Amino acid sequence: MGKIFKFNQDVDTDQIIASQYLLFPTIDEMKAHTFESLDPDFAANVKPGDYVVASENFGCGSSREQAPGVLKALGVKAVVAKSFARIFYRNAINIGLPVIVCKELHENVEAGEEMELSLQEGIVRVGEKTFTCTKLPEYMQGILDQGGLIASLNKEES
Amino acid sequence: MGMTIAEKIIAAAAGVESVKPGDIHTVELDRLMSNDGTTHLTIDMYNKLKNPHIADVNKLVWIVDHNVPCDSVKTAASHKKMRDFAKEHGIKFYEGEGVCHQVMMEKHVTSGELIFGADSHTCAYGAVGAFGTGVGCTDYLYAMVTGHSWLLVPETLRFNLTGKLPEGVYARDLILTIIGKIGANGANYMAMEFGGEGLKTLNMSDRISICNLCVEAGAKTALMEVDEITLDYLKEHGREPKHVFKSDEDANFAKVYDIDLSTIKPIVAKPHFVDSVVDAKECVGTHIDEAFLGSCNNGRIEDLRAGADIIKGKKVHPMVRFLVVPASADVYKQALYEGIIDTFMEAGAIVMNPNCSVCWGSCQGVIGENEVLISTGTRNFKGRAGHKDSFVYLASAATVTASAIKGEIATADMV
Repeated sequence: MGKIFKFNQDVDTDQIIASQYLLFPTIDEMKAHTFESLDPDFAANVKPGDYVVASENFGCGSSREQAPGVLKALGVKAVVAKSFARIFYRNAINIGLPVIVCKELHENVEAGEEMELSLQEGIVRVGEKTFTCTKLPEYMQGILDQGGLIASLNKEES
Repeated sequence: MGMTIAEKIIAAAAGVESVKPGDIHTVELDRLMSNDGTTHLTIDMYNKLKNPHIADVNKLVWIVDHNVPCDSVKTAASHKKMRDFAKEHGIKFYEGEGVCHQVMMEKHVTSGELIFGADSHTCAYGAVGAFGTGVGCTDYLYAMVTGHSWLLVPETLRFNLTGKLPEGVYARDLILTIIGKIGANGANYMAMEFGGEGLKTLNMSDRISICNLCVEAGAKTALMEVDEITLDYLKEHGREPKHVFKSDEDANFAKVYDIDLSTIKPIVAKPHFVDSVVDAKECVGTHIDEAFLGSCNNGRIEDLRAGADIIKGKKVHPMVRFLVVPASADVYKQALYEGIIDTFMEAGAIVMNPNCSVCWGSCQGVIGENEVLISTGTRNFKGRAGHKDSFVYLASAATVTASAIKGEIATADMV
């Protein structure tokens, strides 16, 4: 079980991690500034295993991989949104952060509620409620299953 | 079934006869561009690989443009890492030469190529009919090591252009109008293809400006039909096309839009979304603190000329900082030669070295709490240009310059 942190539509990657932190040497040094403009307490309050739930077009804008990077570094288990912008979506899968499309979740849950996501079944449970998610295309699920693109590259090359 | 330009480029790069939207193919990449926004992270990951190597170093171009000259000790460390790695491995490297996409257009990109860039505005390369798409540093690293990557074939939205933009209306107004019409995710996962008689009235600078901004509608790539204007541009820059593709008559488009250029008006995108567009007249009188003329979207010589024509003999409003930032060293030199830099400085503008500047909000020129910027940059997201509680309006070079003179949002006919 993890807690829900809820965001609206068109959350751009500048909101996830602002430009002034991108050239910090490591993701670990950036992560305290995650969602700073939208929820300044996010980084302090989020715990490993928690979830980000959003509406349409999550992660639009800049291609900065630091955006899924800081979410993963803070221990966010998955981002569940109505839809994702494509670069964020691809980046998240590449680094092994599950990004799940679920059309009904955002409107039917509140911030702070506890939820559980079964990646295998493609199902989200919040209290008595159950929501079905869209399955990842097989190719992308394969990358995620291997722990991301670099893990799969290391496997190919060994 | 016929194919679109995007489908033809992917088929060629995958070495197959034909592809269709939804297919995933392994594609050979022609070029790999990376800038100082993420390259330090790419290098860290590279150094941790089991078998680190570069498939073809000649495909790589690295450009320091986001924070140049360097603004802090932390940035200096990231830049040094990038500079040293490039030198060690013989990677083509630019620093201070301009904004990455402008440098790529001036020096490298050609028609029919498939290019990954570790920057979302890589879709600009469609101006010469190249399939450019933005990726993160993990995708970049994979491509750098293997020379290839995987690509999901996108659906294509087709834009048939007719007519000609009215006097005082620019390509920037056109693309903001299109983004306003289809929305911030109106082209998500898709290619945006432009053609038709109206395209012939748009020069290469206009085309770059249009393709560059397509990612703000979510597009994976943008592509323009190659014509005489494209071929002349390539020839002037000493390059030959790799492929010249046109969509087939029976190509399948997800949707076709017909756009009469003569109906486009000066446009402003209001805070905090690029698709939040209105007729510029609706914003007239809005107070501004700073104006920015520059960026990969609108910092070319044509944009500087448009601004200089308006400000010649006039002064920047005393309460406004007007930043003028040529998109590349070549643009800067041309502007010097034409006396444009003189014109801006006489007017009281601050002319800066070519770089991404305030367009990305981590460089000289950032705005403070509750301040308002009118910009030719790429984005107006919350906090994009500085303080999280600040406001960015996007407009053409002409509207930005007129606003710098008035101290409030104004159109060129008002100054």
